[in-house]
Amino acid sequence: REKQGLRRGKRERKRRRRRLLPSGRPPQRWRRRRGPARGLTGGGSNVFFLLFSPPPPPQEIVDPQKTAFLLRKAWTLYSVTPLYRFHRARLRDYARLLSAFIAAEKQKGLAVEVGVELDIRVTVSSIAELRGSEQDQPAVLVQLSSRSRASSRSSEDKLVWSGCFCSVFGDDLSENVLEGFTCLPLFLTHGAESYTSMVGRWFQKTFDCCFRRLAISPLNLSWMVAMWAGSKLDRAASAVELVFSVPRLLQPLDISYAIHPEDAKELWDTVQKTPGEITQEEVDVFMDCLYSHFHRHFKIHLSAAKLVKVSTAVASAHCDGIVKLLHSQYFLGVLMILTELAISQIQ
Amino acid sequence: NFCEFCLSNLSLSHLATSLPLPSERDHLRPRIDLIVFMIDIKSKYSLKNVETSLAYVDASFFLGKVCFLATGVGRLNSCSVETNVICKLGETYNSPVLFCELEVRLATAQRLLRILQICAGHIPGVSALSFVSLMRNSYDY
Repeated sequence: REKQGLRRGKRERKRRRRRLLPSGRPPQRWRRRRGPARGLTGGGSNVFFLLFSPPPPPQEIVDPQKTAFLLRKAWTLYSVTPLYRFHRARLRDYARLLSAFIAAEKQKGLAVEVGVELDIRVTVSSIAELRGSEQDQPAVLVQLSSRSRASSRSSEDKLVWSGCFCSVFGDDLSENVLEGFTCLPLFLTHGAESYTSMVGRWFQKTFDCCFRRLAISPLNLSWMVAMWAGSKLDRAASAVELVFSVPRLLQPLDISYAIHPEDAKELWDTVQKTPGEITQEEVDVFMDCLYSHFHRHFKIHLSAAKLVKVSTAVASAHCDGIVKLLHSQYFLGVLMILTELAISQIQ
Repeated sequence: NFCEFCLSNLSLSHLATSLPLPSERDHLRPRIDLIVFMIDIKSKYSLKNVETSLAYVDASFFLGKVCFLATGVGRLNSCSVETNVICKLGETYNSPVLFCELEVRLATAQRLLRILQICAGHIPGVSALSFVSLMRNSYDY
C-alpha cells in the first residue's frame, strides 16, 4: 500500500508540473535521479526530479526525413498495453503475416497462402529516431499500400494506411515492465478505420495487447494550448484557436475563439514563472485571462462551455483524440505529452 | 431534473445558483440545516462559482453543515476540473465531498437525504460534526 501511495503521489506531482523540450534543439535526454526532498515533504523521503544530461552526440540528431511522415496529417490516437514477445529482428515476418491476415480478412472463408503477391503490401519498420530517451523503445511504423494491378510492377504503390507505435519519454511505464514485454504505449493511425481495426486485431492476437481510443479531456487540452502557445517560432505563425462547444442546447453551438499568436505568447510570458517548466496554476491563470477577456466583450462565460479543440502553429488537438503535428521542431514535445496521457490510460 | 428529483425527495430543499441569497426574503427563510455545493466537473465555471459563493457562508456552517457534490465524474475524458482540486476544496473547508454521476441519481439522493437527516438532528446519537469527521477520516484510509 505504501508503494502504491508513493506511485500515486509521484503521478499527481507530475500532472501538476510538466517540463518542456527546449525549443529548436534535438531531443534532450533526461536522467532520473533520486535526491533529498527540497522543501516539499521534508525529512528523509525520496523525491524524483529530472536533470538534463550533457547534450547528445551529433549522430543522435533527428533526421528530419525519417520523421517527416508524421507532419501535417490528422492522426487518430490509441493507447496500447505492452506488447508480449515482440521481436525487432522479426519485423519482416510480421509484415508477411499481417499482409496475409489482411488478405484473409478481406476474402473471408478462402484460404490464403503466406508470402504470395497480394493486393495490400505491408511494411513494418523500426524508426530509431523517434523516441525520447534511451529508455524508450524505438518507434515501429506499419504501412499499408495498395498495388495497382493495371499498371506495371515498377509503378509506385499507393499508401492507404499508416500506423505508428511510439514512446517518447515513457519512462514511467518502461521502468516497471515485466520481462518479455515491449512498451510502445502510444499508437497513431492515419487512414481508413477498417484497416485500423484489422491491424489492431492482428496485433492483439499476436502480441496479446489491448487498444483503446485515447480521448483528450478539456483539462489536458488547456495544458496543450498553454504549452504550445508559448513556444518560440521563427516563421510567421498561424493563429491560436480554441473551439468550445456549449452544452445543453437543442441545437449544437460551437464557439471559435482565435487569438493572434504573438498576443497569446505575450500573455503566456507574463504568466509563466520558470522557463522550461509549467504548473497547473499557470495554465489556470492563462485560461482565466482568455476567458475574462472574452466575457468582457461578449458576456459569455466560456469556462461554462466544453473546450473541444485547440490549434496552434505547433499542433492541433481535438478532444476525440485526433491530433495534427504541424511543426518539425516541436513534434517530440507533443508526442511526449500524448505518451504521458496514453500511459495514464493504461495504468 | 436532478435538482427537481432531490426537491421532491427533500421536501424542504431550496435551490440557488449562487450566494449570497437575496436579502428581501430573509424574514421568510426557514432554518438551513445543510448546504450542498454542486460542482459539475465538466464546467470550470461551476467551480469558480462555488468558490466565490463559499465566501458568503458563515463559519459555523463548516462544522458539519456543508458538503460538496461533484457531478459528471463518470466521464473523466470530458472533465475540465481536476478531481483533486475538489478534494482540496473539501479539505480546506473541512467538509465531505461526494462524487457522483447524475445517471445514478437515486443512490446520490438517498445519501444526501441521509446526511440531511443527520444534519437536521433527526437521527438520535449522531451529530452533524461527528458524522462529518467520520466521513473525513474515511478518506485517509
